[in-house]
Amino acid sequence: MPLTQEAVRAWLQRCAAVLEENRDYLTQLDAAIGDADHGVNMDRGFKAAMTKLASLDTQDIGTVFKTVGMALVSTVGGAGGPLYGTFFLQLGVKTTNKQELTPQDWAEALEAAVNGVIARGQARLGDKTMVDALLPALEAYKAALQEGVPFSEALARSAAAAEEGMKATIPMVAKKGRASYLGERSAGHQDPGATSSYLILRAAAESWAGAT
Amino acid sequence: MKKLINDPQNVVPEALEGMAKAHPDLVKVHFEPNFVYRADAPRQGKVAIISGGGSGHEPMHVGFVGYGMLDAACPGAVFTSPTPDQMYEAAKMVHGGAGIMLIVKNYAGDVMNFDMAADLLRGEGLQVESVLIADDVAVESSLYSQGRRGTGTTVLAEKILGAAAEQGYDLQRLAALGRRVAENGRCMGMALTSCTVPHVGKPTFELGEQEMEIGIGIHGEPGRYREPLARADEIVERLMEPILSDLPFQSGDRVICMVNSMGGTPLIELYIVYRKVAQICEERGIQIVRNLIGPYITSLEMAGTSITLLRADDEMLSLWDHPVKTPALRWGM
Repeated sequence: MPLTQEAVRAWLQRCAAVLEENRDYLTQLDAAIGDADHGVNMDRGFKAAMTKLASLDTQDIGTVFKTVGMALVSTVGGAGGPLYGTFFLQLGVKTTNKQELTPQDWAEALEAAVNGVIARGQARLGDKTMVDALLPALEAYKAALQEGVPFSEALARSAAAAEEGMKATIPMVAKKGRASYLGERSAGHQDPGATSSYLILRAAAESWAGAT
Repeated sequence: MKKLINDPQNVVPEALEGMAKAHPDLVKVHFEPNFVYRADAPRQGKVAIISGGGSGHEPMHVGFVGYGMLDAACPGAVFTSPTPDQMYEAAKMVHGGAGIMLIVKNYAGDVMNFDMAADLLRGEGLQVESVLIADDVAVESSLYSQGRRGTGTTVLAEKILGAAAEQGYDLQRLAALGRRVAENGRCMGMALTSCTVPHVGKPTFELGEQEMEIGIGIHGEPGRYREPLARADEIVERLMEPILSDLPFQSGDRVICMVNSMGGTPLIELYIVYRKVAQICEERGIQIVRNLIGPYITSLEMAGTSITLLRADDEMLSLWDHPVKTPALRWGM
């Protein structure tokens, strides 16, 4: 069955839990090539988003995503705030007035979200950013739908592509964000933004394992 | 860490509370989201000018809110960009129906957060333009980074654009003027000591007793090179050469010159710096027609200076002379 509003909320709660579990890990990744606050920032942002969601009474999935997006924008700070905020706001724009999501709805929403992140951050594939996890995940998801595989399988392939993309950032030299000032010295470290993006997409595959 | 604070977590809100009590005739402070805005806002029919950035650079930007300069300023945490909800709420509070002009310094976080605020405001049918300041010649152009940082020219742009808005410039004309100011301003700074971010508690970088960093950023980012401490005149030459050759400034140019303290350098030393800046300009036939000397865009308690030159035309000079009344900059009224 399509994803219900409850399933969407379950994914977001799982994101918050996973980011809390990985707070120190993400911060350590960031300490190597950034300013050592990514895990703390994401955890703080998702906690704030969950507080907002708890008191949000709506059946509209778009409103749920937009609420999360605005909470992230106003609490995460730095570059992560606008980038993840844009990701969820764009999911919200594409799901406005929807009470459930089909596999095709998710393709359109994810595409808008990934394109939103690219437009906001001006990063391309290979720049050692979130985009290196998000874009392969989007492509894998769309390809899976083309093949006609079930929703849950398409989500699993999408998460696997994000993981590969995340690992591919290790040898890259950063070309965007604070890490770019390190130049060659940024090589050999996994990008924290690509890592949090993978965690979020893996949470979707896990939360929606029963979706068809 | 030795600082005059109560709690590192409360530095920004407590400073804002102090500002509100010190200047109730000029500004009001809104908390959560945090912004400082003109006491007489909104001014109907005037373009609203909004800036913002990390805290720790005072008086920029919060000290420049008032008649003839900013309508609102959005302070982030120390050295951290403000979030879009701050600019969004500030704009809704101060806009007078003639559009909103955002003044943004070129740092990745600032650019994205201001862009996002602009998108949100446009989504509500408001007209928004922005000017990006990227004047720091210490950052040599690179394919692989964000590009030049926004520094001293920001202060001059806020004064000039603020005056123009006061005189009734419309949004498009202001945006064009803003780009012209941004294109004609150049800045470079240096540090004698590091600074300590309150919630970090230790110096941002280490600099030996006999060392200096030439080309320092306003958040303590590394500069062009580090070398043994030199005499003031030599330091000024090392800052002026990249500034002058970059635009380039030429004989016959008229400039507005700002000699800025990074926070810890006293006025007596700034005048020693200005003396040499003026000599170099005289030798090159460059006429300093206005100047500003003091702490205007600081890096907490860092000792050091930055020099900004803006090649100014008649219009910019006339706007520079327009009255201004803000907590940190006042003349003509």
